[in-house]
Amino acid sequence: MSAAPSPSVLPVDGQWRRLSPLSPVVRGGAALLGVLVVLPNLVANGVDPRRAGDRIVAGIVAAALLCLSVVGAVVSWLVTRWRIAGGNLQIETGLVRRQSFRVPLTRIQAVDVVAPLTARLVGVAEVRIVSAGRGQDRARLAYVRSDEAHAIRSQLLALAHGLTAETPEPPAYPLLQVPGGRLAGSLALRSATLIPLLAVVGLLWATTASPGGAARALEFSFGSLVAALALHVVAVAQAFNADFDFRISEAPDGFRLDRGMLQTRHETIPFGRIQAVRLVEPLLWRPLGWCRLDVDVARQRVSRRADQGAHIVSRTLLPVAPREQVLWLLARVTPHAQPSPPPGSRVPRRAWVKAPLSRHLLAAWHDERYLYARTGRLTAATVVLPLAKLQSLRLSSGPLQRAFGLATLRGVSAGQRWAALAHCRDAQEAGAWLWTLIDRARAARRAPSPWRDLQAGVATASVESGDRPQPHREEGLHDDGRQPVRDPRLH
Amino acid sequence: MGAGIELTSISPRFWRARQTLLALLAVPFLFLLVGFGIGEALGGQRLGIVQAVLGAVLVVLAWLVERGRYLSWGYAEREDDLVVSRGLLFHRLTVVPYGRMQLIDVTAGPLARAFGIATVQLHTAAAATDARIPGLERHDAERLRDRLAAIGEARATGL
Repeated sequence: MSAAPSPSVLPVDGQWRRLSPLSPVVRGGAALLGVLVVLPNLVANGVDPRRAGDRIVAGIVAAALLCLSVVGAVVSWLVTRWRIAGGNLQIETGLVRRQSFRVPLTRIQAVDVVAPLTARLVGVAEVRIVSAGRGQDRARLAYVRSDEAHAIRSQLLALAHGLTAETPEPPAYPLLQVPGGRLAGSLALRSATLIPLLAVVGLLWATTASPGGAARALEFSFGSLVAALALHVVAVAQAFNADFDFRISEAPDGFRLDRGMLQTRHETIPFGRIQAVRLVEPLLWRPLGWCRLDVDVARQRVSRRADQGAHIVSRTLLPVAPREQVLWLLARVTPHAQPSPPPGSRVPRRAWVKAPLSRHLLAAWHDERYLYARTGRLTAATVVLPLAKLQSLRLSSGPLQRAFGLATLRGVSAGQRWAALAHCRDAQEAGAWLWTLIDRARAARRAPSPWRDLQAGVATASVESGDRPQPHREEGLHDDGRQPVRDPRLH
Repeated sequence: MGAGIELTSISPRFWRARQTLLALLAVPFLFLLVGFGIGEALGGQRLGIVQAVLGAVLVVLAWLVERGRYLSWGYAEREDDLVVSRGLLFHRLTVVPYGRMQLIDVTAGPLARAFGIATVQLHTAAAATDARIPGLERHDAERLRDRLAAIGEARATGL
């Protein structure tokens, strides 16, 4: 949490406000830089150094392009304004095609603050508002001053919960961190990194073993291998940059994620939006006992223009951690879940016919609240689907499966990424499960879920504390019987 | 796989519409393959008979597969959910709780309209949910839509 909101950043009065004057610089930052680097060279040498006339033309064209882009960015900044009025956040933008966009404050689900590298350099950040319904990729304020961004964030959250704008952000209890060393190790052990590395090593070894024939092969393939390796290094560096200094904490309204080295993000995953959780164990992590925890979130759409990756909503709850930490966090997300396959959850031996490469990992089981399904060939991925979130169930069987008495059961949630896929079960068992699960899902929908309790807790706390100047919003967390977090494993 | 569920089958008009479509596609095929085959056979080429028989068998097979697919469609309105069964080779049984319905579509193309049938499609928040019932008679489709909408409103649950 940043400094207390000062009166200058209090837009509740309905005054139109502009974005930071630096936003055109950040938006067109890369292009501007590119032109500035190319321009002097272009003017000095021209496209073809032998013809002098080219220089002037090239210079004029480049300068015109530069001017156009600068003017465009400035105009875009000039015509964009926003305000909070009448219970809405309003954003207006566009010179020719005027767009007015409003988000009802009560429908705001989360407010994220994202700062790409260029934005951080000039001290601005983007505020992204996640609301129920569509068109969420337009609800963003890019860019505002960094301290202002955090103030706007806490104000919007307070207003969304029906509190006065001055209410400070509720405290978040730190849960877990990922040390940089472990992150680096986990990225190095990704199979995508290891394969080209092994290929290079193998090739070098082949060369030393038989210098004659292999030398020619080396000549041909070494360059492309090195290029592939370099690409992987870049990808790993990006992943490292994105997940560096990963911290997850729990606030009354959801999980807070803070991460990033060059680009920082401060995100919230509201409890109610989590549709399913997935525990991932890549092959090479298993000796070290590491896992990853992913979440699937309702109606999550990645923006078409992923400029600098700033719009991609977080889907990783914990990038890498020892198994017991991951299970501990999983228990907070999905209370009472049992993510290890119990006896009898494996598929019958004959499933080998349909799934020869994944039979050793296939498993599915269920209890009163969750449907679990483990799939994968090398990487074991266990999906935990809360039955209360189940949208539909499908039992399917192809000709080959029917011949061997097998069937596949698929549980679908409102998330967009993965279903709980109980692949190649015994047909009789799968058929019986279908009706059991439908009944259990109905019961689960009617029973209050722990998430709803949590949200209700926040709501009651905010009603109670309506007019108090400094309400303790964390009361909601204690009221519903959940203890404040004390994790001995915190680093 | 039905586990004691009484599935309502779809209208025979759907089968008639399908047969019409099949005839539109198969008749030119028959003409080409069987007609030419017989012609060749009459002209003294033995292989023409094989060609004609092959064409006829293919058409009969297509007809049988379509027949099987038509018979495999079925649905049941249970107390809390809708069950849709489909598929001959790749059989699928989908269960959608009424509380999860977000949108109900009734569509009818030109051919379907000519035969007085319509398709009812259920949408949930999950894009993967595939609950479609084709070939319901118009008034049946409208009744089902209204009934589902009424139930859905009463049982709607949040995400």
